[in-house]
Parts: sequence; C-alpha cells; structure tokens
Amino acid sequence: MSDSTKTTVTPESLNPSGRADAQASVRTYRDYGTPLWRRILLTREMAIIALLLVVIVVAISTVRGFDRPITITYLLLDVAPILLIALPMTLVIITGEIDLSVASIVGLSSVLLGTLTQAGWPLEAAALFALVAGALGGALNGFLITVVGLPSLAVTIGTLALYRGLAVGLLGTTAVTDWPEFWTDLAKDKIGDSPFPVIMIPFVLLAIVFIVLLHFTPFGRGIFAIGLNDEAASFSGVNVARTKFILFVLTGVVSAFAGIYFTLRFGSARGDNATGLELQVIAAVLLGGVSIFGGRGAMHGVIAGVLLIGVLASALRLANVTSDVINIITGVLLVLSVVSASFLAWLSKKRQRPGGRKRGAVSAAQA
Amino acid sequence: MTTPIDTAEPTGPAALELRDVGKAFGAVVALKSATLTVRMNSIHALVGENGAGKSTLVKIVAGLYQRDSGEFRLRGEDVDFRSTAESKAAGIAVIYQEPTLFPDLSVTENIFMGRQPTNRFGRIDRKAMRSEAQGLFERLGVRIDPDRPAEGLSIADQQIIEIAKAISLDARVLIMDEPTAALSGVEVDRLFAVARSLRDEGRALVFISHRFEEVFALCDMITVMRDGSYISTDAISDTSVDEIVRRMVGRDVTDLFPKQETTVGDTLLEVRDLNSAGIFSDISFEVKAGEIVGLAGLVGAGRSEVARAVFGVDGYDSGSVTLKGKAIPKKNPTAAMARGIALVPEDRRKQGLVLDSSVSHNTTMAIRTKLAKMGLITNGAENQAAKVWASRLEVKTASLDTPVGTLSGGNQQKVVLGKWLATHPDILIIDEPTRGIDVGTKSEVHRLLSQLAGEGMGILMISSELPEVLGMADRVLVMREGRITAHLDRSVADAESVMFAATHAEELQP
Repeated sequence: MSDSTKTTVTPESLNPSGRADAQASVRTYRDYGTPLWRRILLTREMAIIALLLVVIVVAISTVRGFDRPITITYLLLDVAPILLIALPMTLVIITGEIDLSVASIVGLSSVLLGTLTQAGWPLEAAALFALVAGALGGALNGFLITVVGLPSLAVTIGTLALYRGLAVGLLGTTAVTDWPEFWTDLAKDKIGDSPFPVIMIPFVLLAIVFIVLLHFTPFGRGIFAIGLNDEAASFSGVNVARTKFILFVLTGVVSAFAGIYFTLRFGSARGDNATGLELQVIAAVLLGGVSIFGGRGAMHGVIAGVLLIGVLASALRLANVTSDVINIITGVLLVLSVVSASFLAWLSKKRQRPGGRKRGAVSAAQA
Repeated sequence: MTTPIDTAEPTGPAALELRDVGKAFGAVVALKSATLTVRMNSIHALVGENGAGKSTLVKIVAGLYQRDSGEFRLRGEDVDFRSTAESKAAGIAVIYQEPTLFPDLSVTENIFMGRQPTNRFGRIDRKAMRSEAQGLFERLGVRIDPDRPAEGLSIADQQIIEIAKAISLDARVLIMDEPTAALSGVEVDRLFAVARSLRDEGRALVFISHRFEEVFALCDMITVMRDGSYISTDAISDTSVDEIVRRMVGRDVTDLFPKQETTVGDTLLEVRDLNSAGIFSDISFEVKAGEIVGLAGLVGAGRSEVARAVFGVDGYDSGSVTLKGKAIPKKNPTAAMARGIALVPEDRRKQGLVLDSSVSHNTTMAIRTKLAKMGLITNGAENQAAKVWASRLEVKTASLDTPVGTLSGGNQQKVVLGKWLATHPDILIIDEPTRGIDVGTKSEVHRLLSQLAGEGMGILMISSELPEVLGMADRVLVMREGRITAHLDRSVADAESVMFAATHAEELQP
C-alpha cells in the first residue's frame, strides 16, 4: 500500500447520509460498552484465577506441608511440560483445531535424545535433532490438515499412534539412563535461593512470546478470526492454511522441547514417556477458558488452568488422597467448567433477547 | 394490488391458496401481500425477480417460516404450519434445486428414510421397500437402480428421488424451486414428462423458474410477484414473455438511484479471458477510474464467482487480471488487497464479517498488518482507526466493543464497507451492496458508492436488483450461465434489455 498513485479516499470526504451537519459533527464512539473493571474482572479467565487463589489459600491453611518451598518446586517441576505445551495448544484450539499427538512427540523426542547420545552424539546436538524432529512431526500434522484437508482430530489421533510407535520401536522396552550430570542437575535445579525451578526461565520467555503472538500481533488477530469464521477470515486476507500450518509446527517444536526436559528431569529416555499427557494439556487449556469450538480464550486463563490442576493434584497428594480420586476431582472440575461456560452463554443470550427469537429467524432476512 | 383471480375453473376449492400473506424479518419486509392460488390438475408457474419474495413464500408453505398476516388454505381448509413436518403431513412436498440426500445410503433407503416398512418381527422389510421403490420409478417412467447409493447420482436423478419420495408420501402439492437450473436438455425433458404425469394424476404443481422458454412450455398458469407483492395471474395461453418481463420489472427506476456524473479516467482493472471450468468462461471486461460498472444477471449466473476469482479467494483455469497494468497473482487475496482491490462479499454474515467479533476488530481486520507498529497491534490503535470509519460512515453502534452480529443489517454492511475503504482500494468490487438492508441505509450506500466513484475509484457492482443496476451503473454487463451475454451502455440499458440478456442465450450487442 505504499503506492503513492492510489486514489485517496479520505474518510473526511464521505457523507453517506447527505446531511449538511454530518460533515461537521464527528460522531463520537465509546471504545467499550462496559467499564474497565467489568471487562477485567467479569471474565472466565478471572474466575479461574480466583478459583486458583482460593484453592491455594485453602491448601495452605489445611494441608500440612503445602506451604513449604519444596512443594512449590516440585509442583512446578511436575507441571512444566503441561505448561509448556499448553502455550501453543491454546493457539491451535483457538483456531478451532486440536493436536492430540503432542505427548507422542514428547516420547519420540525423548527417545531420539536417548538413542543419539547413546550413539555418541553430544547432548546438545541430540537435543537440536530432537527439536527438528518435533518440527517435522508438527509439519506432517499441518500438511495433512491444511494441504490434504483432513480434520485435525483424525489426523492427530493417527500421528499420536504413529509417533508413539516410532518412539517405542526405536528403543523397545529399554531405557537410556546415562546422562551428563550437568544437564540432569540443571533440569531439577532452582533459580538461586528461590523455590522456582530453572525450567521456569524458558517457560516464562516462551509464555511472553506466545502471549504477544496471540494477543498483540496481526497474526494473533487472524488466529481468533479463523476460529470464529474461517471463511470471513480468508476473505479478509488471512492465510488460513499457512496460519494453521505454522501453529502445528510450533506445537511440534515446543512438545519436543518438553520431551527433552522430561527426559533430563527424570534421567530416563523411554518410548512410553509422557503417555496420556495430551489429555492433561487439553483439559487444562479448556479449564482455562478456551472454547473447544475455537475463537475464544486468553493465555492468562490457560496458565491459571494448568496451575489449578497442578495445585489441586499436589495438595491432594500431600493430603494422602489417592491418584484415582485426584483424577475424578480434576475431571469433575473440567466438566463443571465447560458446563458453566455454556450455561453462562445461554443465560446472557436469554437476557439479550427477551423474546427468545431464534438465530435462524434473523439470518433468514438475508435469504 | 390484489385482484380477484378466481376467473378460471371455479370448480371446488383450490389445492393451495395463499391470500395477502405478509412476512417481515425485523425491519426487512420480505412479503407485503403475496397471493397464490393453485388449482388441482395444474402446473402453476411462479415468477419474479430475485428478491421478489418467491423463496419466502415457498418457505412459508413448507412450514419453515410462519406468516405474519394473511390467509393460507389447503383444499379449502385453513392451515397454519409450525414446522416442516406439519407441512409434509398435510401433503406438501418441496423439491429444491439441489436436493439433500444421504450419500452413503441406497436410493431405496433414501426414499423411505424414517418410515421404512417393517415385517411382523419389527425388522425392516427390505424386499417390500425395494419393490415399492421400483414401482415408484416405473410409475414415473424413469430408470434408476434402487440399490445403488445416492452418492454420484446426477442432480436430475436426485430430484427424481425426491419426487419419488413425495409421491410415496402421497403429496398433493409439489413445489419445485428452480429445478432445472442445473439440468441438461434431456434431463429437463424427462423432468417435464414426470411433472405432466403428476398433474394428470390430479396433483397440483408449483414451478419456480427464471427460464421463460421452460415456463411457457410446461405450465398452465403463471403468477408474477414483485417486491413481495402479488402482481398478476394468467393462463399461460393468454400472455407472452414480453408481458411477463414487463410485469416483473414494472416500475420507473431511473430517479431512485441518482449516480453523479463523473469524468471517467484511465483503465484500472482489466480482466482478460478468465475461465474456470464449469463455473464461468471467456470473461473479459475492464473498469475505469470514476466508473461504476454494474454486473447483472440471475442468481447462479456466475457473477459472484467471477468476483471471487478476480479478488483471489478462488482460483481460475486461465486468463489474466491486471490492475493499472500490473498482473494480480492468482488465488492470493492478500496480494490483491495490497495492490488495491477490495471485495465486499455477497454474504455479509458468512464472508464479510466475523459476527461474534467486535465492531472495532471487524473494521480493522483488513488493515491489521498496517496498524501494527514494529509488528505489534493494540486495541487502542484498532479503536482509533475503527472510530474514524465508523463515524464517517455513520455506523450506529453502542460501542466499538459491541459484537458486530448484534447490529442491524444496514449497519453491518457499513462496517464491511468501512473495513474495505480503510484499505484505500483503487477498485472496489461490491457484491449485492444493499441486500437485506432497510431503505434508508440503502440510499446511503448508493450515495456513498457515487461519492467514491466521484473521487476516482473504480467500482464493480454486482446486483440482483435491476433498479439498482440501472440507476447506479455507467455500464452494465449481463451474465447468463457463466458467460457475459451483454455489454450495455447506460444510455441503452433498460429493464427489458437486461432481463432479456439474463434469460436468453443469444448475444446482445450495444
């Protein structure tokens, strides 16, 4: 649009209503229909953050040992892979797609790291290779979804099996447990005297990148538009296929990175590492307020969602609740959060249209 | 407007009778006073321009919509359908242009979907079902294998399946909504033979079509609608194509849409020999600075498809698009936007806007990369830009944060226009600029287009509303079945010449 020979349609020159005063009086528009505090506080994300705080307060006051720094350290070490993968997964789900192959990419990345270091590669080179493999895995997902045009649910169920199969096939039932101590220590280390593990540094950096990408770039605007109406998005010059492809590649890379961390944290590369992690990631993203139908969600809600699941699990474990009960509680919470979202949407729709007129009746006016 | 029409054959109640039916969707009045009386043993044509209200009327009969006012009788009895099931149960069947069958099920299963005959063990009696389907096809005089899957059937055969289904339900009234639009000559003949035999069995048929040759070959009676109102009903033998066209258009249009005189400048957009197999062929035209070029034709003539190909949302097989001498790459809307083409699409709610998104985000959607500073975009920058366009186009909205889907149709259209004017295009392609918007906003949009042309923008306006085309356009292109059939200058374009080119195959020259 740098072409200087363009016709210059200045908004000032327009006057659709033809009224003489329309030119003079510039209509004023409010930026927002609701006050700032309502827009910030009365959101789903805030509800999750509030719930997280409540759970933390209750846990500190009732569960013995929850307030010790070591609890925070282990909690964050445990949820780090979920936190990491939830970042790109949020973007994928907001476009209305899903990636179920992330945990298998974690496993594959772990196995590649193991076999390559066993073969004498330096760890750094093996890690880089694992990241590239993750990118390729994501690219295959993206190719099948955007170029071939298959649904992401089917594609990533397929690649979930494929990548896991490759991982187990490469290493069999054995595990690689021989690692440079520097790296395994670093994976469990804390930042100085704080209770926060070192893995939080790359996480915070990645979180900033993904928050900016989603909420403060034209690319992010496109992500939301695709999730709400991909046809209108493509009519507005959003490259739908390319956007989705990029997101699947990013998910692959971050999953591979989570796989490297997972391996070093537990000092073990196995084909079945992180099995089932994809469901925990998706559960946390949905709990954090992202709509499974796409188009809605915010990163701070997702991070709170992951932490909420992590804190609950950690507190209950300390209170000697068995893991199956923890699973039940997490599951109920997730169902409730999804139900409450649809309930609230139904309620506000009721309020907006007291006549209860159907959507179809409105769009029919264009028929 | 409504004159009594029960002149012919006053024997017994009509199979279908609608009188002074009105229907409005919010501020948009789709039907003012529609009247249609269809006798048994007859094929009745229903004609009118796009937007005359035919489809709304059919949907009321089908039970899809409920009328706001007027009378609706079936064989003399008042009826009031609240659902399509009630309409079906009362013996009405609607055959749409493109039937919706279950592709994986067999032809027989499609016919008997939901009411399969059962044997005494409560299991589906496949044999009975199959032979019944066979019987239906024999009765219709067509040869379709009852066991084959519906997938891969031609549209003509799919329509026959729908008709067979209607007969097996003993439908007394069959409404066919532009059934021949996608049929070949032989298929049309077969359909007509079926239609005649159904008539002779005592059923009533309503045939909606834009093709007058077919209407006059097939139908017994013809009703004309215009602007949601009843115009006339005649026996087909008492009227002529010219007469019907005049009644369909019938109004003085030139004063309604004043286009300012502008000086026409250099050629901006040049489209050469554009082809897309099965969609359009040999499309060539140009749009100059300061000019409004109208693209007229019936729905389905391929006008929107040409617009989409030019803008790059769809691809094309051969040909070229150039803007100010520079080629516009194929199938790349981003590049077309950057070079100065804007497309306000046909379907505002599906293609033009993200309804759940805010006025602000929608207005700035096409300029989001330009609004970004060092790659970053903020709500503040978007609101500022949105405010400028909303205020100049006089959009009525509670705030910039309001979801655009809650605005009225006219204001939604203004948001789409603002979104594209914000890109400062050289060429504005606008598809159905005033569809579904109220009269006041309509004239605002027209004044706006005229102002834009006055400032040197080239405008390609696709419109199914003849008065709009004739009033606004400096030149009129008419498309019929994927081809441009007429290039008419403002001085020679009138309702008859445009309608003729839109419905007849012969090429017209200015």
